[in-house]
Amino acid sequence: MSLSEIQHPESEDDVARIVSQANAAGLPIEVRGGGTRAGLGRPSQAASVLSLARLTGITNYDPSELVMAARAGTPLSEIESALAANNQMLTFEPMDHRPLLGVDGEPTIGGVFAGNISGPRRIQAGAARDNLLGVRFVNGSGEIVKSGGRVMKNVTGLDLVKLLAGSWGTLGVLCEVIFKVLPRPETAVTVAVSGLNDAEAAEAMAAAMAMSVEVSGAAHLPLSVAYRFGDTLKGEAATVLRLEGLTPSVDVRTERLVAEMRRRGEVSVLDAEVTRDLWRDIRDVKPFAVQRAKPVWRVSVAPSAGHQLVAALRLKTGVDAFYDWQGGLVWLQMEAEPEADLVRQYVKALGGGHATLVRADAATRAAVPVFEPQPQALDALARRIKDQFDPGGILNPGRMTATM
Amino acid sequence: MPDLIAFLEPDLAVIGRRPAIIADLAQLLPESCLITEERELVPFDTDAFVSYRRMPLAVVLPETTAQVAAVLKYCNDNAISVVPRGAGTSLSGGAIPQEDAIVIGVSKMNQILEVDYANRAARVQAGVTNISISQAVDADGFFYAPDPSSQLACTIGGNIGMNSGGAHCLKYGVTTNNLMGVRMVMFDGSIVDIGGKALDSSGYDLLGLICGSEGQLGIVTEATVRLLAKPEGARPVLFGFETSVAAGACVTDIIGAGIIPVAIEFMDKPAIEICEAFAHAGYPMDVEALLIVEVEGSDAEMDAMLARIIEIARRHGVKTIRESQSATEAALIWKGRKSAFGATGRIADYICMDGTVPLGQLSYVLAKTSEITDRYGLRVANVFHAGDGNMHPLILFDANDPEESLKAEMAGNDILKLCVDAGGCLTGEHGVGIEKRDLMRHQYSDADLAQQMRVRAAFDPKWILNPSKVFPLEGRNGSQTGNQSALAEEGKAGAARTGKTAA
Repeated sequence: MSLSEIQHPESEDDVARIVSQANAAGLPIEVRGGGTRAGLGRPSQAASVLSLARLTGITNYDPSELVMAARAGTPLSEIESALAANNQMLTFEPMDHRPLLGVDGEPTIGGVFAGNISGPRRIQAGAARDNLLGVRFVNGSGEIVKSGGRVMKNVTGLDLVKLLAGSWGTLGVLCEVIFKVLPRPETAVTVAVSGLNDAEAAEAMAAAMAMSVEVSGAAHLPLSVAYRFGDTLKGEAATVLRLEGLTPSVDVRTERLVAEMRRRGEVSVLDAEVTRDLWRDIRDVKPFAVQRAKPVWRVSVAPSAGHQLVAALRLKTGVDAFYDWQGGLVWLQMEAEPEADLVRQYVKALGGGHATLVRADAATRAAVPVFEPQPQALDALARRIKDQFDPGGILNPGRMTATM
Repeated sequence: MPDLIAFLEPDLAVIGRRPAIIADLAQLLPESCLITEERELVPFDTDAFVSYRRMPLAVVLPETTAQVAAVLKYCNDNAISVVPRGAGTSLSGGAIPQEDAIVIGVSKMNQILEVDYANRAARVQAGVTNISISQAVDADGFFYAPDPSSQLACTIGGNIGMNSGGAHCLKYGVTTNNLMGVRMVMFDGSIVDIGGKALDSSGYDLLGLICGSEGQLGIVTEATVRLLAKPEGARPVLFGFETSVAAGACVTDIIGAGIIPVAIEFMDKPAIEICEAFAHAGYPMDVEALLIVEVEGSDAEMDAMLARIIEIARRHGVKTIRESQSATEAALIWKGRKSAFGATGRIADYICMDGTVPLGQLSYVLAKTSEITDRYGLRVANVFHAGDGNMHPLILFDANDPEESLKAEMAGNDILKLCVDAGGCLTGEHGVGIEKRDLMRHQYSDADLAQQMRVRAAFDPKWILNPSKVFPLEGRNGSQTGNQSALAEEGKAGAARTGKTAA
């Protein structure tokens, strides 16, 4: 594919026209936002690139309604500064993949939703998909379709919004997204328990989540990764729990959480500034952003299964790991090979979930299924759904699975 | 009363085969699970949208997923329509059967299968009631968040079908945000497991698609739902205002100030009077509009948040502020609110609208709603979830007066169109059902609806699942059985009638 074959639509109608022509000609398209996650997924086989980089701009934002609408190519940084100016935020805390994948470029809001990209606050505030209220997209036949809207509660018809979120551009080209925004918390602290092993940490995090203290982030950073966070964790394994909200409320909850956690290990409380940087680094998987030749998995399992997965893998292969989402999101950096079969076999044995090969070279990503293969019945269903959006199979072919 | 809303014309061939079909069903599940006597079928002829009734061909109440699968496979093989049913509390007619359809009710599948606190999840059968999940985990300090007003009766299966909300979803979200997995029977009797205790999915978000699909994509028989730690305390506070406009503006300012209480409920004067007469909750009677604002957490947290809310309410000239002083008082305040529909039903027949509008449009839509009902000479009571813009005007009428019944439906249609035109939607939490089906084109273009129907066809190629609902009868696409395509005529007739009422 030569770089000259990049198209830059400037309107929804342009997108419809380009897709329509490609569909008529049977020429596959790679749909691209800022391209920062282009290395995530199978390398797709496309004749040209459709870049949303010029389909930009916030189209509707009234802070008192807690809703924003923007064209898909709008840089995430533009969205975040507009929100910050009104003391608001994207509550699902989307991960920035640039450090982990070692790439440049500007992530776009469309890309965030196309990949259903969420961060540590997912356990409390939901994923990107939970915050997406409405979409306008162009399907594989070149038709402009809308679903959802700009209200918080909407059950009018089938929820195509959820389906489009996390479909990685294989069902439609997102042109405009409408999403929920929330006030920034007045303050935030992190309660850190040091010295727990992975199993003890899982218990501590479960105990914290069972308390009425509204933990908005629960991660465990084992000894092997702790030093990557500079002086913050003093080089010791740390189980970190974030509390956010109104200051008097956070004070009360901190006191209660510290009292409970003290029974488990040495406790320290990190202030708002340290908390901000720490959770950004956890979100962006900083510990594995250094040795970029090593494969990285993102595994989602039941929180109590995360540490068991890592313990089982360690008996078989070289692996480094840390945990987010109360232990249910496991970031694995493999010493050498991705060991896809092993990882997925253990995930299944521990009650199920899914493993995504987030970082690997293109040859590996073409050979190893990047996204968790689905059981046959669900795979067939996904195939039928794909055909109903993109009968010509021209949108990001091969990105999610080899045949789709 | 005259029927504004058409059903699909019953397939006479299916009805003609009724004895044979019943005999076949008797082979698929125990006698105690099969209802065929007319007298026993009557309770299934409608749901909470009582203006419309249809007798089903038969009702089955399976005890296992395998039985659901056997019946569904049989119906698909023989092109017999199926209407899934939870507790029959749908306000939009989502569970109303039709003469040629088998009702598959999940009420016998009412077991809580597993409670897993370490992973904050419960696995339950589809027929458990919403409240029973919270009750089962209450003593251990947990709850299940979505709380529709019908939560004593409604089932989790029905909640998933309609993506139900409730008063507290301002903070906790609706069903789709609290659903982690389902076991579902597909049209051909195959059984699939989607999601589970791990977060999010790797392929397409089928769980998100199934939630709110109104029984048209399959029949859910089990669900894994999120359990949350119960807040330390909760305190509802009453704020009385001289005008609805002031109350509406106060809501916008609370949210705009970055304060998200657990719930902000709105009642206008007619609603206050109805609810107070029923529940004796101590609502102020000398105000035009009432907000119930609930905050939760420790005392210090609640005090801090309330101080800010009270300051905003004062700016809007709040007339009465009353904090609940005890758990009993708090329960009474909520009893009044949650019994609003039932209490209204004691003084008049009513239909309940469910449009949602952007917060900034609340006051405008309230004023316009009164204009519309005035124009039809009808009374309206407003009681709704103000924090998320989900309006519930209750249009009061006399069901024994055919003309007034018709006017009520027409006023309802006008109000829903108003919500859409104000940037909102037809339904926030009750579902489209039959009630709002013929208004779908007001919100969606042909291309929008065609895309949804194509997705529907990927799950149910013969359109046997709840076929009279959600999508306007005319202009349906996708593969359809002879029964449905023969109905184009009837659909057009229905459209003509709807068109007339809109004029």
